[in-house]
Amino acid sequence: MELLSGGEMIARALEDEGVEYIFGYPGGAVLHIYDALFKDCKIPHILVRHEQAATHAADGYARATGKPGVVLVTSGPGATNAITGIATAYMDSIPMVVLAGQVQSHLIGEDAFQETDMIGISRPIVKHSFMVKRTEDLPIMIKKAFRIASSGRPGPVVIDIPKDLTRPDAKYEYHYPETVKMRSYAPAQRGHTGQIKKATKLLLAAKRPIIYAGGGVLLGDASEQLTQLARELNYPVTKTLMGLGAYPGTDRQCLGMLGMHGFYEANMAMHNSDCILAVGARFDDRVTNTVGKFCPGAKVIHIDIDPASISKIVMADIPIVGPVQSVLTEMLAQIASLREKDSSLPDKPALEHWWQQIEEWRAAHGLFTGRRYGESDMIMPQQVIQSLYRATKGDAYITSDVGQHQMFAAQYYPFDKPRRWINSGGLGTMGFGLPAAMGVKLAFPDMDVACVTGEGSIQMNIQELSTCTQYDSAIKIINLRNNNLGMVTQWQDMQYEGRYAMSTYEDSLPDFVKLVEAYGHVGIQVTNLADLDGAMDEAFAMKDKLVFLDVIIDPTEHVYPMHIAPNGAMKDMWLSKNERT
Amino acid sequence: MRRIISMLMENEPGALSRVIGLFSQRGYNIETLNVAPTDDPTLSRLTLTTVGSDLRIEQLTKQLNKLVDVVKLADLTEGAHIERDMMLIKVRASGAARHEIKRTTDIFRGQIVDVGPNIYTIQIIGTSEKLDAFVAAMSDVDILEVVRSGVAGISRGEKVLSL
Repeated sequence: MELLSGGEMIARALEDEGVEYIFGYPGGAVLHIYDALFKDCKIPHILVRHEQAATHAADGYARATGKPGVVLVTSGPGATNAITGIATAYMDSIPMVVLAGQVQSHLIGEDAFQETDMIGISRPIVKHSFMVKRTEDLPIMIKKAFRIASSGRPGPVVIDIPKDLTRPDAKYEYHYPETVKMRSYAPAQRGHTGQIKKATKLLLAAKRPIIYAGGGVLLGDASEQLTQLARELNYPVTKTLMGLGAYPGTDRQCLGMLGMHGFYEANMAMHNSDCILAVGARFDDRVTNTVGKFCPGAKVIHIDIDPASISKIVMADIPIVGPVQSVLTEMLAQIASLREKDSSLPDKPALEHWWQQIEEWRAAHGLFTGRRYGESDMIMPQQVIQSLYRATKGDAYITSDVGQHQMFAAQYYPFDKPRRWINSGGLGTMGFGLPAAMGVKLAFPDMDVACVTGEGSIQMNIQELSTCTQYDSAIKIINLRNNNLGMVTQWQDMQYEGRYAMSTYEDSLPDFVKLVEAYGHVGIQVTNLADLDGAMDEAFAMKDKLVFLDVIIDPTEHVYPMHIAPNGAMKDMWLSKNERT
Repeated sequence: MRRIISMLMENEPGALSRVIGLFSQRGYNIETLNVAPTDDPTLSRLTLTTVGSDLRIEQLTKQLNKLVDVVKLADLTEGAHIERDMMLIKVRASGAARHEIKRTTDIFRGQIVDVGPNIYTIQIIGTSEKLDAFVAAMSDVDILEVVRSGVAGISRGEKVLSL
């Protein structure tokens, strides 16, 4: 058996695990590891400009590919800088393995230079964490970390590695295990057949059914099964912010996103349904509005790999714990056998009536009518997203930051394929979009990758423009620039009588075109609607350039629909500044 | 309702902090906590008591089960069980009170485990309720110190919490 140092073991184990990229930043505690990577490791390392960006880039890579993202940071500030990105991945259940350096074992607890209790700090935002005590344990711990991160309900795993355990002169036998068993970790492999039968019966008996699909459908690679089931039954489908792409967004049966800024027809259909099939969704407060008023007439079937997600917020009438793909496959078989016995299932007249109602809602207040675009001459943010959709033929990977632009992108870019929409849904992390786009572009270099952002969010990780220069990351940045923190001012308009408390920047914004040019990229500013499509096409025509499209938009536009809170139900929405349900 | 939740967890550094952290993170209360190694050196047994609605307790046990360090978990209050809390209580014992304290201790089937010219240290074992009752019975006595182990529990009959 081969003898390797701790640093070499890490390099080799990551290779043996099939890791494609390491996103990281060197520092004192990880120098042995970096030297091992430098000397003998085939995995390219992406040097970011801030550790937060390393985690977001790894996260973007993971969301687009389904494979765990890998991060390597040093101790102390390297580790703490990674925290926001780890929390982002945790909230959205993204597989990630974070290798964090630690001070030498004998210094731990002595407030040594760049020492921080990474295991302690990261505890509430990781799926699990390991503190390495012996060099010999590194391979098995790395294997366990990858297994835990990528199975069951995925999530980030931290490995804390004291520097002395990676020193080059202490060599141990290296063996990377094929598989690993953990007595206390066994995610469900399949759903309970009896429960699936019960659920199928209920589903087929529904008169006003709706399928509510969440991020779990994407994480569990079950879009195909979900689509098949919905089409088989001709049931409407609504998706959460995290579930966009789980069912083709341009399909007639798709009611679009639901929730706080969900489509009118989606929220109305949810509220009035008699049976909700929730798949890999978690009844987040951004979906339910007031829980006590949530969908009063609906029976709930809830499929999730995580038992703790079921009946956490809304009681499930039929809970099914299991991987969504296998459960839906079994459900499809059940549907076929039930329909063989009774071909009148599901209730077609009721369904026809239900669709009629939904189409009425859609016609009355659906998006894509242009009616909510303002009267001013300025470009409306929705038009920018529609221009982006047109230029990319709806087939790009879109990352976003957090705020109004995120909601406009979610509403006006219907995703037909899974894993194309990359955004921080749970934690709502501004600064996510640019580094995430870098990670996606590395995974799919031949695809169009665009980051939809705003001048607030982009400045939270704008230093990554330099990383993009170093690795020729030809992403497109679409900056919806309204010169204020849009979602904040929207709330201030609605709830604080338009007092813009610290949500504007005076005249302190940089000239973004000059700024990106300074990094070696291309910047284009657009102020007239007439120039928008041309500029968008120009940007995407530059295949090997990062192009920053600085689009000056109407600063007064709000995102609608918007749930009326507090005490509102799913059906209670603002439809514009002065119209409500 | 009061629940006694008992679990086997990996005897690993950080395991306890994950359990405790979960409680503060998700806003649950711990009333008592008891943790010690078992006959299997790789496993610790942790028992805690908490109060909450059925729904909340269900969510809590699911969250605990999700922790990779938690190997197995049981809500002992779901079935017949035995619970024991141990208390050491140091009281001022002089003059006429000395005799009365001894008698009360006997009634509670406690033991005086340390004696000084003016103090008794009494050991009482039983349910939390019994221990509370003893403290109440000492209301006229000058209590100097109270130490309790927290509840440890085990199911009655054949039912076991083991791997």
